[in-house]
Amino acid sequence: MSPSNNAPARPVFEEIRREAETRRKAFNEAPGAKIHIGMATCGIASGALATKDAFEQALAQSGIEAHIHTVGCIGHCYAEPYVIIDHPQSGFPPVFYAEVSPGKARMLTNLFLAEGDPRFEHVLGATEENDMIPWVMEFSRFNQEKRVVMEKCGRIDPEDIYDYIAEDGYATLVDMLQRSSEEVIQQIKDAGLRGRGGAGFPTGVKWELAAEEPRDTKLVICNADEGDPGAYMDRTILESNPHQVLEGIIACAYAVGAHKAIVYIRAEYPLAVRIVSDAIHQAQALGLVGKNILGSSFDLEIEVFQGSGAFVCGEETALISSIEGLRGMPIQRPPYPVKKGLWGNPTVINNVKTLASVPPILKNGADWYKQIGTGDSPGTAIFSVVGDVTHPGLIEIPMGVTLRTLIFDICGGIPNQKKFKAVQIGGPSGGCLPESFLDTPIDFDSLTAAGAMMGSGGMVVMNEDTCTVDISRYFLDFIQKESCGKCTFCRIGTFHLLKMLERMTEGQGREEDLKTLAQLSEEIKAGSLCGLGKTAPNPVLTTLRYFKDDYETHVKEKRCPGMVCRPLIAFYIDLEKCARGCDACVGCCPVEAVFTTSTRKKGIDQSLCVKCGECVVACPPEYDAVRRVSPPELAPIIERPAQPVKE
Amino acid sequence: MDVELSAEEKSLLEQIKTDLAEIGNDRSKLIPILQLVQQKLAYLPAEALHLVADHLDISSSEVYGVATFYNQFRFNPPGKNPIKVCLGTACHVKGGDIILENFERKLDIREGETTPDREFSVDRVACVGCCALAPVTVVGETVHGHMQPSKVEGLVLRTRIEKEMQEREKQKNEPIE
Repeated sequence: MSPSNNAPARPVFEEIRREAETRRKAFNEAPGAKIHIGMATCGIASGALATKDAFEQALAQSGIEAHIHTVGCIGHCYAEPYVIIDHPQSGFPPVFYAEVSPGKARMLTNLFLAEGDPRFEHVLGATEENDMIPWVMEFSRFNQEKRVVMEKCGRIDPEDIYDYIAEDGYATLVDMLQRSSEEVIQQIKDAGLRGRGGAGFPTGVKWELAAEEPRDTKLVICNADEGDPGAYMDRTILESNPHQVLEGIIACAYAVGAHKAIVYIRAEYPLAVRIVSDAIHQAQALGLVGKNILGSSFDLEIEVFQGSGAFVCGEETALISSIEGLRGMPIQRPPYPVKKGLWGNPTVINNVKTLASVPPILKNGADWYKQIGTGDSPGTAIFSVVGDVTHPGLIEIPMGVTLRTLIFDICGGIPNQKKFKAVQIGGPSGGCLPESFLDTPIDFDSLTAAGAMMGSGGMVVMNEDTCTVDISRYFLDFIQKESCGKCTFCRIGTFHLLKMLERMTEGQGREEDLKTLAQLSEEIKAGSLCGLGKTAPNPVLTTLRYFKDDYETHVKEKRCPGMVCRPLIAFYIDLEKCARGCDACVGCCPVEAVFTTSTRKKGIDQSLCVKCGECVVACPPEYDAVRRVSPPELAPIIERPAQPVKE
Repeated sequence: MDVELSAEEKSLLEQIKTDLAEIGNDRSKLIPILQLVQQKLAYLPAEALHLVADHLDISSSEVYGVATFYNQFRFNPPGKNPIKVCLGTACHVKGGDIILENFERKLDIREGETTPDREFSVDRVACVGCCALAPVTVVGETVHGHMQPSKVEGLVLRTRIEKEMQEREKQKNEPIE
């Protein structure tokens, strides 16, 4: 792409930027407080809509003037629904409130907005440094992060393009259009950006390969087919800051010389589909997408394609097949899609996070980006840390931070005084790592060396009450359902892996299974075409390597040490501790397995019990009478009285 | 799967025919077309699959092959209150399978099925993407986080009671003959 005739871009963009700044100024200077509410899917799931309604009603009733600003997600899932109230007249800095229910919303309206009392007991922190309320950046959950991709997530309204432009959005396009495409590619190569989809292929090299193809029609695809159960950062980015991704797509298309781009989003993410579609329309209306972008000679159409939910479509050749209207089955590479992709044209496929990393690099330069992270893996990584941690959510950290820092310092460690057992990284393609790996720095190469994988960045932390055999069974069950069926080893091999694991979790495991598991896993890796099959046995291999004891107790002692595998456990009620008058367990049992004995204490009918564990939750902590044992034969037998005991 | 189409569904199918004419018969439009049909009918009845096959001039088995490959498409009508139990990694660790089992027991159907009165259907989904709320269940459009087996009964009961109240309200408003 030659930069000639692209000079008008600057004055055209300046006009748009002035408009954005005027709007931002008007918003900032409008009288009354500003209420920022996080409204991405996770916020809505936690009740943000009800909170917003409550604020609107309370404001209308009390006649207070305030503006509600709906923003995306900041990634602090434990705090949802969260609200930031900026009320300068009160003399306080902007205040961050966590878990704002409709009741809390009404209270804050009446007490903080009307009377200037910020209700310190509900405050999480202030978003600016001050001497009255602790600044959130003093908390390790905030200050150890390094936000590059998610910098603007949760600060801007994803449905208003001007909000993004007021924060310096789309500004990199002006400079870029004055440069040659080779220069843009060189900058991405210098920055050392590696694909964030999991495999870590150098992005600049991929672009260069596509740019070198002597074809007129080239395509760019943004891969947002986030199918890994347990990862949701792509969705959050698209829902919180779609324009940064679009800006990255435009840069990529300019660099490789493409005039059409497709954003491939899972249909399971309806809000992301709507927000991205709206964002494209808004960008078109301002001339940032479409014909003659910003008055230059560069054209680009962007459209959304809804993926129909198949895990294998995260693989690039399968993704291409599904856009072509076929079953999403991978095909042999090479030729790689950069040479022959969608409809036979050179196609660059980049992950959402990769493309969203591009605008910050163009803005701050390659050297700035290389300072973040490690030498081989520059930049940041985004993880969704969930499971048994105190502060779950999305965390963007520089590459090279250790797992221990991430889990214990940033996410607050394991709640309820439980011990750490394992962390599952990278979803079905990744692996389970034990405590000895907690000091492993997180980057592409050291995770792969440990047998796990960066993958999509899903991270599930598990405490001592987890069973690693059950976790492998779970992932194999998922892989078995999602295998496209093309390669025999993946289709049938994973089926037999699953059957063996099922046998073990049911107490039917055979000793030779342990050997067969390892052998078959290696064969599946060798005999599969695509990444799905090649990595499918990783959960089994890593748990076999690091948690061999778990497998052996299941097979040899028919016992589940984590008390998870339901055929291997039983519940019983400790009669010493059970209180006569309490009926909590009887009421909660979904199958009426709990009965009253002749002493009016309670017993569990093992033949009816489905081992849901609800009675453990229901039993008041002062009695704490329900016990869990493995193997089930250890439970004492308590006979049900022939006649129901009268209360 | 020999579900008789209702009159309403038949008229929707006619509408789809006119929509298809607008979309054109490019083979690569198959998945967007199936998505459109499912959006209108809530599922893909056999009649609709034949219709799409004729429109694109490919065999019905090819359409069926593509449709069954993807998790998004369903081939039996969902209930009025579709229940989706999340079985993502985080939900699994926190006991999502127990929640699914409770719905199956309470409603007396298996996953992927619909109750005979078409009120409820139960499905498992891979991940709805709010893992911090695990275990999660989506009923209709509403996400219920931190599910427990005892909440299952409450949810089903609440939906049934709400429906009953609506019916009573309706009867009250109708003139007594």
